Amino acid sequence: MTVAIINSGGANLGSVQHALNRLGVESVLTRDADTIRSAERVILPGVGAAAWSMNALREAELVEVIRALTQPVLGICLGLQLMFDSSEEGDVDCLGLIPGRVRKLEVDDSLRLPHMGWNQVEWVADDPLAAGLDGSEWYYFVHGYAAPVDHAVAVSEHGQRFAAVVRHKNFAACQFHPEKSASAGARILQNFLEI
Amino acid sequence: MVAVRLIPCLDVRDGRVVKGVRFRNHRDMGDIVALAERYRDAGADELVFYDISASPEKRSVDTAWVERVAEAIDIPFCVAGGIRGVDTARAVLHAGADKISVNSPALERPALIDELADAFGSQCVVAGIDSIREDGRWRVRQYTGDPDNMVDPRRDTLSWVTEVQRLGAGEIVLNCMDADGVREGYDIEQLSSVRSICRVPLIASGGAGAPEHFLQAFAEADVDGALAATVFHSGQIAIPDLKAWLHQHQVVVRS
Repeated sequence: MTVAIINSGGANLGSVQHALNRLGVESVLTRDADTIRSAERVILPGVGAAAWSMNALREAELVEVIRALTQPVLGICLGLQLMFDSSEEGDVDCLGLIPGRVRKLEVDDSLRLPHMGWNQVEWVADDPLAAGLDGSEWYYFVHGYAAPVDHAVAVSEHGQRFAAVVRHKNFAACQFHPEKSASAGARILQNFLEI
Repeated sequence: MVAVRLIPCLDVRDGRVVKGVRFRNHRDMGDIVALAERYRDAGADELVFYDISASPEKRSVDTAWVERVAEAIDIPFCVAGGIRGVDTARAVLHAGADKISVNSPALERPALIDELADAFGSQCVVAGIDSIREDGRWRVRQYTGDPDNMVDPRRDTLSWVTEVQRLGAGEIVLNCMDADGVREGYDIEQLSSVRSICRVPLIASGGAGAPEHFLQAFAEADVDGALAATVFHSGQIAIPDLKAWLHQHQVVVRS
């Protein structure tokens, strides 16, 4: 299987590649449109700020390339947020694959920002990514902004409910880091590869 | 609800894990990757690697072992020691670390935190603070990896905690030096004081010797994570047992 990891310029892209290696799958970190188009699976990772990453994708002329993909695509963390119409972070237009606006998490004084650490998710719709997972698992989150639950197949909560896993056609994404979420995260990645 | 984090701290010197008491008399504890895998399997929520030789010797972190750890484990980890610029930080993050922790170099040049947060986002930037009680106040210490070269940067801990948050630190690890290595409990009074002015995640460090100490840190000082070395390395406290015990005491842990 060919897996393309889109090099959006953020930190720690290698971790996704290591996680796929542990599943016995080789991948390529790339900005090349043809490599991305022809891959059987595409992963859009992201650590950093939305505006900065959207700029990187625009400069690499990848916005339309990503929008036109028909194979299974998995966004991770910021990659999830970039799939929505826009983000409050830097007030930037994003990829517009999923309707809605990403907003800053609103928490009271008893909770910390960013939402950093292990949390659980509630699966609210059937999805191939959920195979073998029942909501008792824990996933590693690091984020200060979050997407609305309208298109969520799994939701989590930190002061408010937010989208933990979203799906729209061939585009899916998780707000947590499956590559850093021990065996539960590995199962999500395995499920993505087996779609 | 987000779970508290149990974080084994692995002090690294010359590519090996070591541990000393009150920062002295370091003993060899084993190979980095073997220990990292052992803790991952035991249910550690995160790992911190302190390259304790890097900062006093003004060396940067050797990224080869960072990459070896990243290849092997699937939980987050943080690297500290000798990160004094954006380029070094980038190399460590690209090698697979999730976060970088800065301590002495941030005291040399506080703008470093701002630069790192700008380049990688606050979520990648941890401020490590070594703090000691002195004349009834908590004061910061610098270059604590080498007791002979330790420096008093003339800063109050509480004001430094406020400043690192303003500069963009996304997490604070507070190492209470009076308690470190002696296993008589975390410094709850100091942690509580810092908690009251800390809006980002706060990690307790120094003093863990019994399950009760972890419970105190979570229940009384409301910290987000607890870092420990000796009790985990020695096998005195097994992480699965500690998690089960904390769960019985109404602390939310990852199972």
